[in-house]
Amino acid sequence: MRVLMPDTLEEAYGMLAAEPLTPVAGGTDLLAHWPGNHDARKRAYLDLSGVSGLRFMHWGDEALTLGGLTTYSDVIWDSRVVEEFPLLADAGGQVGSIQIQARGTWAGNIANGSPAADGVPVLMAYDAVVVLGSEEGDQEVLLADFYLGYKKMRLRAHQLIRAIRLPRREYDFQRFVKVGARNAQAITKIGVALTRSEERWRVVVNSMAPTVRRCPALEAMLDEDRPVSGPEDLLTAIREDLAPIDDIRSTAAYREKTLARVLYFDLKGVCPSFA
Amino acid sequence: MAHDAREDTVHVEFTLNGKVVSVEAQPADRLLDTIRYGLALPGTKEGCGEGECGSCTVLLDGLPANSCLVPTYQVRGRTVETVESLSEEDVAPLLRTGATQCGACTPGVVMTATWIRRHPEVLEAQGIRALMAGNLCRCTGYDGIVEGVEALVARETGG
Repeated sequence: MRVLMPDTLEEAYGMLAAEPLTPVAGGTDLLAHWPGNHDARKRAYLDLSGVSGLRFMHWGDEALTLGGLTTYSDVIWDSRVVEEFPLLADAGGQVGSIQIQARGTWAGNIANGSPAADGVPVLMAYDAVVVLGSEEGDQEVLLADFYLGYKKMRLRAHQLIRAIRLPRREYDFQRFVKVGARNAQAITKIGVALTRSEERWRVVVNSMAPTVRRCPALEAMLDEDRPVSGPEDLLTAIREDLAPIDDIRSTAAYREKTLARVLYFDLKGVCPSFA
Repeated sequence: MAHDAREDTVHVEFTLNGKVVSVEAQPADRLLDTIRYGLALPGTKEGCGEGECGSCTVLLDGLPANSCLVPTYQVRGRTVETVESLSEEDVAPLLRTGATQCGACTPGVVMTATWIRRHPEVLEAQGIRALMAGNLCRCTGYDGIVEGVEALVARETGG
């Protein structure tokens, strides 16, 4: 195993362009089960922790930008973020425990590509843009378009997630619901982030498809105020948008039914079309 | 631990319990192992080794972190505090409330408790049980831990 430790982004870009390296931010995904993970211990790594200027929160008129090394803790304990982007605090505060939140980064959560990532649904529901940096310059990708399949994403080997940009908007509804075996330290069985801005809904679900993804059929039902008289009325759209599986944490049937109930009971009273 | 002799070691200098220390670490070393075996401070315990139980909690730049998930090369220039940095006085309220029994989780519990003691304002956003959820205990049933943290904070804030 080798590790390269750049001090600047330019150095990091140069190292990434020269050879295949796995970037390390907080290390919380990488080091779980580390002693027995012989394959991981043969690779070469790029440690980002010493790169200056990569951990920040910048408020612009149009957007809040998080740095590539910005942690869950940075966001959770910042009252301005909590006020304007409350779902970041809701979801960030449900990632692992405070010990994990102090180390784990939003960009790392995106790049790790887990379908159960808890940070990703809320970023996607806020229409986050991923800023990919490299020697060739920046490339911007809408997070909703970032994933191509299980652990496959629009991130090339010489690129790093340099920043995450969240447009500043007025939201009249925002909610994140995580269903897990317990409140802390649980990997999500079903998670959903919901936002509504300027009459347009975002419905983003994790742990129910090979990637975290937006749900266009559900969003259309909500945008068009289609009548819903019970959770079962949502199942067709759920099956169109998602592809849950049976795994060690849950079953496809439980996931579909529970998501329908979460959506129905959370939106009843919010959407006049829900009876 | 077996090391591949062909690997380059990493020179890591950091502040441990108020003193500057330096180690020649292997790239694969975890902070937990460096503290316990490299620097002979065995107070920090390994429980699950996957960031779940919190036994290995240390304060890294003042925040509780699982030392089993921190690569040693990442602490260069940073500040680490372990259970050995605490005095008997620092943990006295936890002893009185029955916050410890077998002791496996205790070094981690007291480090998280120390962070809460130093930053009681975090209790305005989250309760003690939520903040301590990353420290699993199989003996006490948690009530003694929660009462101990309450007593620690009360002593600090004069409440």
